[in-house]
This record gives sequence, C-alpha cells and structure tokens, in this order.
Amino acid sequence: MTGVQTSCPNCGATIEFRWAQAVQTTCEYCRSVLVRHDLDLTKVGTSTVVPLTPSPIQLGTEGRWHDRDFVVVGRLVYRWERGGWSEWHCRFSDDTSGWLSDAQADYVMSRPATPDRPLPSSDDVSPGDTFPHGGERFVLASITMASYVGTEGELPFAYAPSGLVPFADARSTAGNFATIDYSETPPLLFVGEPVELRQLELRNLRTFEGW
Amino acid sequence: MTSVQARGLNCPNCGAAIQLRSFQFAASVVCDSCLATLDASDANVAVLQTFEKTMARARPLIPLGSRGTWKGDPWDVIGFQVRQITVDGINYRWQEYLLFNPFRGFRYLSEYDGHWNDIIAVRGIPEGGSVSGHPTATWRDTTFKLFQTSSATTVFALGEFPWMLNVGDVVTVKDHVAPPFLLSAEETDEEVTWSLGEYVSGERIRAAFKVTEPFPSARGTFANQPNPLAGTPARYWQAFVMLAVALLVLVGLRLGTAGGRLASAVDGVFHPGVATDKAPFVTDPFTLAGPTSNVVITSSATVDGSWLFVGMTLVNDSTGQVIDVGREVSYYHGVDEGESWSEGSRSDDVRLGAVPAGRWFMRIELDGPDAGRDIDWRIEVRRDQPGLIWWFAAFVLLIVPPVIVSLRSAAFETTRWAESDFAPASSDDSDDSSSSDSDD
Repeated sequence: MTGVQTSCPNCGATIEFRWAQAVQTTCEYCRSVLVRHDLDLTKVGTSTVVPLTPSPIQLGTEGRWHDRDFVVVGRLVYRWERGGWSEWHCRFSDDTSGWLSDAQADYVMSRPATPDRPLPSSDDVSPGDTFPHGGERFVLASITMASYVGTEGELPFAYAPSGLVPFADARSTAGNFATIDYSETPPLLFVGEPVELRQLELRNLRTFEGW
Repeated sequence: MTSVQARGLNCPNCGAAIQLRSFQFAASVVCDSCLATLDASDANVAVLQTFEKTMARARPLIPLGSRGTWKGDPWDVIGFQVRQITVDGINYRWQEYLLFNPFRGFRYLSEYDGHWNDIIAVRGIPEGGSVSGHPTATWRDTTFKLFQTSSATTVFALGEFPWMLNVGDVVTVKDHVAPPFLLSAEETDEEVTWSLGEYVSGERIRAAFKVTEPFPSARGTFANQPNPLAGTPARYWQAFVMLAVALLVLVGLRLGTAGGRLASAVDGVFHPGVATDKAPFVTDPFTLAGPTSNVVITSSATVDGSWLFVGMTLVNDSTGQVIDVGREVSYYHGVDEGESWSEGSRSDDVRLGAVPAGRWFMRIELDGPDAGRDIDWRIEVRRDQPGLIWWFAAFVLLIVPPVIVSLRSAAFETTRWAESDFAPASSDDSDDSSSSDSDD
C-alpha cells in the first residue's frame, strides 16, 4: 500500500503515498493541493493551514472495523457556524474507502451508498423529514451549512471547494447514521454507524500533553 | 508526530491568562476572572459576551480542572454551567459539569438538590409513543415516561465548552424517566439532541474526583431516583404466595390427621328404651399433659333419623375443678318433592379453652329416643388441638409485610410524580393544579 514516491511540483519535497491509487494529495510542506495523473502531480491550488482539530486520529492511524483493517490516508476539514469537523479518509484492506467523521469526539464510520430512491432536494428538506434506505427509516436530525476549509493527505477524488453547502444528518431508529452531501447534483449519500474509538482498535494515535 | 500541546490564551476583556484543558476542542471559554464568554475557536479570541450579573457567582462543587477516574477512564472537569427552569413563577436551578477525555470525548454530570446524574449523548433518535395515554420515548428497548417539559436557560457558566455557549441560551427540555435512567431531549430551532442520564450517588462522584468538601445531601425525590423498594413488592408477594401455600398445606395436614393427642376415648351402645343406658357413669382417669391449652371432645354416634344427647362433666381429680358441657348429636335426612335433604351430623366437636394439665376423669350421662335402632357411640378427648384462628392469624401476619412494602413503594412513586407535569390533582397540593396547563 505504501512506497509510491514522487515529488511536489511546487516545492520539490518528497511526497510518499500511503495509498497508491490516490487522486489528490496535499504537500505537507507547502500545502499545495496536488492532483495526480499517474505519477505526475499538478498543482491545482493551496490548502489553508488545516486547523489543528483536536482529534486523536492522524494520518497513518490504523484500525479495524467490521473485521477489516484500515489506514487513515487523508482528511477533509469542514467548518460551519458553530464549529468544525473532519472527515478522515480510511482505506480498507478490501480496497474500498470509508469516511470516519469526527465532530467534537463524536465519531461515525460511513461509506458511500446508492440511494434506494431519489433523495430530497436541498431546498426541500427540514429536520423531522424522513426517508427510507436499506429497509430502515431515517429521520433528518439537522441541516448544517458548511464549507470545506482544508485538506490533508490523500483523497479518492479531486476536491473542488464550492462555498457553503448543506449537509443533512439523519439517524435511523436502529441507531444508524446517514448524511446527505449536497455538494454535488444529484446529492451524495453516506450511510454508517456511530463508533467509539475503543471499538476501532486504533494504533498510531496522536498523543496529548498531560494524557 | 508530536504530542498535541496544551493551549493558553489571554482574556481580551481583562487580560487574565486562561489555560485551555480541552486543547482545540474548546469552541468557547468563560474567563474565570471576569466571566466574559470568549470565542476559543480562532486565534483572535473574540469576546462573545461580557458578564451580566443576573445571579451571584456560582461555585462548582467539583473544581474545574479536577481529574477523576469515572467508569474506567480518566476524565477532566472542564466546564460548568448553571441552568434554570421556571415553574409556576418559581425558579429551579441545577448544575452541569462537562467532563473531557481526548480519546473518549465528552460526558456530563448534573446536580440538583443533592441528586446526581451521569449523562452521555444519545447517538440516535428515540421513538415517541404513548402508554395508556401517557407520552413515552423508547430507546434501546427501554420505554421512558415523559416526566416534564420545561424551558431551560443557561444562567451562569465557567470554563470550556465544545460549542459556542452563551449565557441566556434557552432550550426546551423534555425529560423522560425509567429509573434509574433519564432520557432527555433538548430542542432548539435548529436541532434536537438526546442524552441519557443515570442516577448516581453524589458520594461516588465525590470519591472519584477526590473532592474534599462534602456535597449537599439529597433532598426530596428526584425524577429518575430509583425507588429503594423497586421490585421488592413483587418479591414479597411471591414469598407471600409461597408461604401461604405452605401454610395451607400445613393446615390440611394438621386437620387431616385430626390434630392433637388422644387423651381418652370411651365408647358403647345406647339401647333406646333401656333406662340404665341413661344412667350417668364415670370414665377411667386420664392425663392431660403440657401447659394449659385447649381440649377438643368429639362425640360421634350412629344416629339416623334420631338423636343422642351427651352430657359431659370433666372433673379434675386433684383440684376438683369441674367443666360442664352438653352436646347433641343428631342426623336427619330424606327426600321432599324430589329433593334430598339432610340436617345435622353424626359427629360433633366441642372445644374447651384453657384446660389445665393434670389427672382428669369424665362423668357422662346419655339421653336419647325411647324407641328406634341401637346407637353406637364414641367419645374422644383430644389435647392441644390447633385452632383455625391461629392459622388465620399466621396468614394475616404473612400478608402484612407485602402490603406494607407495596404501600411504601407506591408512596415513593407518588412523591416522584408529584414534581412532574403529570402530578395527580391532589386536594392538599392546590398549587400543583396549574402545573400541567402552563409550561411555556
């Protein structure tokens, strides 16, 4: 999974991929956002300094979820009116991606899902609305206007900043989570479950002074 | 990578140094010196709110910065707020402590009148419903009954919060109870968040966070305080049923064996029309042993459409005490207009109470019809026959404990619900009568 090396076209620093198929990465040194074409990298922008979110997760953290090993290879950071959250890009041993959402120590592991039926449009959703998916009834808990503020590491797509975007968070009565991401049309659906860090058998966590 | 460093800032309002305990988790922080609320989420620390003196500075029972081991993990106390609800013009205030662990996130402790709850966020949506008309919320197979809907205002805060706290923030709180648990929904215009509290003793918390000063002792009954007799009435009634069955079996056995010890028996034949059979005679002396107790005399006779009168005088051989008793054994039966009937019995029991021990004999005098068939008779004297009254008393004694615990358990539930939106309209609590119709 590791070992693919190239260099930053902006500053020349060595870039080592944790995930060989990464489409986008960010140079750790000059914060250039780099989109990859085979081994050639093109600078498409510069990421702001990713605010040091207070997570024990970091690039390179390894864990296990539903009997599959994963490694954290990238991250998207979002900000909304009253705070921010991270979506950690996890590459699983079966070569799929998952996203570990990390909001103030609330964690949800989710995966992209194909909606059973078309999702409600962004100007037609409000908390309390319901939609079915996978035999469960999801209830919209909140709609958050958020913007993408930074990136780190490797992503499976070239992320284009798009200003304030609605995110609708839903929960099922069985306790599962879903997020409708309105950054694209049609909207994207992610379905997952709340997790506690201790369930994920994490290794290579960040350390905290005094803890 | 290097360890995440602790972070400090200076209050832009008063200049005091503030050490952040929750690293970059802190979104807002209340300055300990000037009580201004600050935006801790960016480097330029803006003052969100200066302190308006609406209440005296509150002192947390657990000092901010205390670290304790709770439910197996270390936790720091990083935030403190006082929240208030107003019911019928009366303000009720409780305290909330925010606990933090960088690997475990957040949890809360709340205190009201010495009652404590350990609270975690519920990551899901409980299902609403109702049971016998009472609104409920069900979460993970437990059904909680709605206790109270109120409007809670943050009236004082200290320390750090992972959200933009403002003094004056108002949320609608719906508390649902299934003791020892409390399921609460906090609603704002934007979202509904659910939390699950568990009633815990203040002493456990005090020990966990090594607080030296005593906590206030609990007063009254709290919404989700476990009933100290929870489940006890059921256990008592189970025990009662088992003991009552055992008692019935014993009664049956005792009655089945006719009970008591045979002290004397005498029998003979009464020949109607034979004058000598009506002459009195005395029995052989017999001994009544043990302490003073009852004597049961059973007179039986093969009467059939006739009668036999048995006159008996118990005489104490040594003291001369005399006890007189006369009994009639009679039995009649027949068929009248196709219906069979019977009257009387071939056997008669008489109980004599408090007969002292000693040597006794009996003087017996029989009387009967002057014609008819011969009557075989037998008289038995039994000592210490158990009386049904004592069995009944035992039954009453058995039923007392379950009745008492049931009443006490119900009384506890009454005091619990008296504080809710669902207090029964009681005659001695007239100020409660309006609580259910105005909770805005």
